[in-house]
Formats: sequence, structure tokens, C-alpha cells
Amino acid sequence: MMNYTLILNIATHLLLARLKQTIVAAVGVTFSIAMFITLVSFMNGLNDLLDGLMLNRTPHIRLYNEIKPSENQPISLSKEYKNNTNFINSIKPKDRGKSIYNSKAIISYLKKDPRIIDVAPKITTPVFFNSGTIEISGTINGIEVLSEEKLFKISDYIIDGNVVDLLQNNSIIIGKGLADKMLLTKGDVIKITSTRGNLSSLKIVGISQIGIADIDDSMSYTSLDTAQKVLGEPTNYITDIQIKLFDMSLAAALAKEFEQKFNLDTIDFNTANSQFETGSKVRTIISYTVGIVLLIVAGFGIYNILNMMIYEKMDSIAILKATGFSGSDVKWIFVSLSLIIGIVGGLIGLFFGYIFSSIIDVVPFETASLPTVKTYPIHYSGIFYLIGIVFALFTTTIAGLFPALKASKVDPVEIIRGK
Amino acid sequence: MENKVIETKGLTKYFYDPIKFQVLKEINIGINHGEFVSIVGKSGCGKSTLLYLLSTMDTDYEGQLLIKNELITGKKDNELAQIRNEKIGFVFQFHYLLSEYNVLKNVMLPGLKLGKYSETEIKNRAMEHLKTLDMEDQALKMPNQLSGGQKQRVAIARALINDPLIIMGDEPTGNLDKKNSDLVFDILKKLTLEKKQTILIVTHDNDFAQKTNRIITMEDGRILL
Ligand SMILES: Nc1ncnc2c1ncn2[C@@H]1O[C@H](COP(=O)(O)OP(=O)(O)O)[C@@H](O)[C@H]1O
Ligand SMILES: [Mg+2]
Repeated sequence: MMNYTLILNIATHLLLARLKQTIVAAVGVTFSIAMFITLVSFMNGLNDLLDGLMLNRTPHIRLYNEIKPSENQPISLSKEYKNNTNFINSIKPKDRGKSIYNSKAIISYLKKDPRIIDVAPKITTPVFFNSGTIEISGTINGIEVLSEEKLFKISDYIIDGNVVDLLQNNSIIIGKGLADKMLLTKGDVIKITSTRGNLSSLKIVGISQIGIADIDDSMSYTSLDTAQKVLGEPTNYITDIQIKLFDMSLAAALAKEFEQKFNLDTIDFNTANSQFETGSKVRTIISYTVGIVLLIVAGFGIYNILNMMIYEKMDSIAILKATGFSGSDVKWIFVSLSLIIGIVGGLIGLFFGYIFSSIIDVVPFETASLPTVKTYPIHYSGIFYLIGIVFALFTTTIAGLFPALKASKVDPVEIIRGK
Repeated sequence: MENKVIETKGLTKYFYDPIKFQVLKEINIGINHGEFVSIVGKSGCGKSTLLYLLSTMDTDYEGQLLIKNELITGKKDNELAQIRNEKIGFVFQFHYLLSEYNVLKNVMLPGLKLGKYSETEIKNRAMEHLKTLDMEDQALKMPNQLSGGQKQRVAIARALINDPLIIMGDEPTGNLDKKNSDLVFDILKKLTLEKKQTILIVTHDNDFAQKTNRIITMEDGRILL
């Protein structure tokens, strides 16, 4: 019954007759959508960057032995007190050692699991680095060089030297902060004391920089062999098993599964880094809020302009009604008018949003703490553009609806008689 | 008399602002097919008000309105719009044309709304009407480029586009000089003679009224017989 092409045609003619106001209204939409796209892309780029910073270095699941008291204290073995509530004071943790028992078997089992990309065994241990008379406490990460490189791409963070040099006997890569403090460079020898007092000398084959001062000031890499030697432990000594999954959303579930299967402590990346998620959420909320506020402002602009247009076009509305257009036809004419402003303004806004994000994407952003980042980060995603255009259409429709309803109720008799 | 194009039964209307006041009192009229009727009366006697009721634009009244024996009173807004589009052609005193469209498109618009013919056909019909009104060479002008008489001829062409049952005019010549007003009258007269077009014109121009088939005289909201 309704003739949409005719209604669109009338809406376009009304718009073209008021081109300047139309452009002003559309520019408002364009501006807010462009800002929204730019902001969301940039904020999500930042999220990716920071998450990446964390995720690249963090295994999806880590298996380890936590130092903690035995869950079954001797009294629970006693039948006599079985039905009593027992209070035990001054429990001390039991030293089971941090070593993972039967690690070789666990690793070969995990490597066969189809959900797992790869497994990297690791030894983390606190040590003292000695230089002259000073002692600096830090950690050694004993790694299986090739699988560690495969899973965590540590070569990205080696600013001097080469990861594979760790395969040489008694070699070490130390953090930049550590090297600066101790005035050491590649090629120097560093003395290390283990917590048990073993002394060893390792050759520095590289310097690493992750971008987090706390870590760069204290961390070092060696091969598993070297770490075991430094600690005076046998070749099956391992403290951590790191796992990367194909689907990281399974991390929490699998962590639980492995905890039971291997009787080890496990932690998934989300639990280990919950503060990152909070930061990401805040950034996302900020960008959406700003986008929505801008759109509401643009919506009021459209509302005003349409209201004005209706007062100017009273005669036209009266003629349309007198010649057979119904109230609902008139309503659709004005809704279409608003939608045209929304679609045109919105699409141009998406385009400018893309241009702005591309510009930000090539602006140099070099900071010593982020060696892999050269420009400001931008996340390109079709979803943002989809949300942008849906927002634009939604706001303009709402903004147009009230004036349109008003126009549909215009009484032609009043207008025609009023002359 | 079964062939009435439009008929009223006890049409009564009040205005409430500023005080309650009965503007139309028990109006009973009928217009036959092919008639050229004029409504005359002093200014303020209710002629325009009656015409707006007949045109279906004003629905706030008591009594009944019938078009081709079909009861119009009580129909919904979109049904009334459909009736206006298909069955009634309008000519106002202040030649209401859409300033956004050119002459041809103004004439075509009610036809496009009706959607009975294709766009090219509507265009051809519009050109034909403009031709009979001697306006074909103005077809592509915008309304603001026309004189008053020309605008009124475009309005008549627009009123004709859907072959309406009746053409109504509220003082269509009221704003024109003698020459143009004679021209408009001749056009309307020709339509009744050649096409048996039913026409109802409100006017206070007695010369104009004298030349029509039938004069309905109003006084204080009543029809004088
Ligand atoms: N909207 C209105 N509210 C109140 N009174 C009105 C309104 N419109 C018209 N009137 C009054 O109704 C009477 C008839 O008006 P109208 O039909 O325009 O007269 P005519 O066309 O015969 O000159 C006049 O007295 C006029 O003042
Ligand atoms: Mg009048």
C-alpha cells in the first residue's frame, strides 16, 4: 500500500531544498561516528598491545608445585576424631621441593594432547648475581631454548645477542636493567650464587628487555642444563611446565583437569593476570561512552533541524495530506529524511574513522620499554564499523521519530485556513 | 436520485474556541454527476468550513457524509487519505504547490501516490492535462517562476491527474485578476461540458457563480433554498 520509492523521493527533495541544514546535521553524525571508530580502534589497539605484552610472555596454563601445608594433617587419619571438628594451630608448610615429580612422563603425555600447541619445561629459581662486592638478587629462568622461542618468541625481547647462543654451555642472557646496574655487556662473565651457596660463572651471550622495569632489573635466561648445574640438581629437575593452547578460552577448564590428573598446582593466564582484564574493560567502556555521548549530541542536532524543517514545510505537509498522503506516509517521509542523514553521515563517518585510525597507525611511537612497538597501535575490526553504523541509524531514527510523529499529526485544514 | 456524487445528511459542526459556536446547521446537500455547482454567501457564513468537511480533511462534525452512496463518516485517517487521493481533486485559493518540485512533478505527485499507472503513463497524462490548460511549455519550471494564474492552472491539472469524481475549489479565483479568473472559469466550464466533470466551487464572486449550473446560497451556517 505504501509507495517507498515515492516517499524516499519526497524525502530527498525536502532535504535537497534545505541542503545547508542537511549538511550540518549530517556532519554532526559524521563527526561522532568518526570519533567513535577512531577511539574504539585505538583503545582496542592499546588493549591488544598490553594484552599481548602479557599473553606473549605468559603460558595459558602453568603447572608447578606450590609450597603449602599438607591438606591431610595426621589427625584426619585418626578414626577416633573423624566426626569431630579439629582445630590445628601453627601448621608449617611441608617441603615437597619445587621440583615436579615425573616431569618427563607428564611432558610427553601433554605433548600428545591435541588441544595443546606445545609444552615448554622451565626452572625458575632465585639467585644472587655478584659483581665485585655487590650482590643483586634476581631470578634465573632455565628454559628449553627452542620450545620457549616457539611459544613465547623471546627473541623479540633480546636486544643484543642471539637466543640460540644459550645452547652453548654455561651461557646466560641477562635483563637490561641488571646489565646496566652491574656495568656488564655481552661477552662479560657474571658470577652467580644459588640459594644453597653454589657458586658458578656464566658467560653473558645477550641482553634482554621486556619493557617492565621490575622484570628487566632482575631476570635472566639460561638453558635448562645450565640452570640445573647452577643449582646442583639432576637433569630431571624442573619447576614449571608451561602450556600454550590452540583455544585459550579453554585454559581455566584444562587447568582444573590437569590439576587433578597430575596432582600438581595449576594456574591459567586469566587468574594470573586478572588486572589486565580490568584495564581492558575500562578502556572499552571509555571508548563506547564517548562514542554514545557524541551520538546523542548529534541526535539532538538532527532533532532540532528536523523540527525546524517541519515548521518551514507546513505548507508542503498540508498539500501532501490534501492530495492523498496519509499521516503515516508523512511520518515515513520524515523518518526517511532522518535516516538518510544518518546513513550518509554515518558512512562518511566510518570512512573518516578509518582514515583517522590509519593516520594514528603510522604515527611513530617508540619507547625504550616497548622494543617491538614502532607506531601507535590500532585494532582494525569490522565489528566496530558495524556497531558504528548501527549506532548512527539508531540515534538518527530516534531523533527523527518525534518530529516525524508531529508532522504526521499536522492538520491540513488549519494550515490551509490559516492563510 | 441515486446518482449523487456527494451527499450530506444533517451535517452540523461546532467550534469551541474561544466560545462554543455552531458554524454549520443541519446541512443537507447533494451534488449530481456532471454538475458545476457554486456555493456563495457572505464572508464568515461557513462556506470554507463546509468544503473542508466535504473534502474529508476535517472529520470533527455531526451528521453523515456520503460519496457515491458510500458512508465516509467514521473512516480511518489512511482510508480518508486514499479517498482524497483517488476521488477528490483540490484547488485552493492560495495555489498550494510543492516548491521543491517542478510543475510537471507537482502534477504527477497524486498520480504517483495512487500508483494506478506507470510513471511514464502518469507523465504522459500530466503533460496532456498541462497541454489542455495551455501550460505545456512551463512543465519544467519551478512553481516560484510562475504567475498566480499559471499556478492555479497547474493546481487544476494536479486536481485532474487521477480522474477524480469531483473537483473542489475554495475561492480558486479569489486571488486572481479578472482576466485570469475568467480563464480559470472557462477551463472549469470546459471540463464539465467536454468530460462531464463534477465541480463544486466556493466563491463570493457573484459573476462567477451566475455562470455555473446551480448556486447554493449559505447564510449563517444554513443553506437557503
Ligand atoms: N478554527 C476555528 N476556530 C473557531 N472559529 C472558526 C475557526 N475557523 C473558522 N471559524 C469561524 O467560523 C466561521 C465560518 O468560517 P469560514 O467557513 O471560513 O467562512 P467563509 O469561508 O464562509 O468565509 C467564521 O465566523 C469564522 O470566524
Ligand atoms: Mg472561506
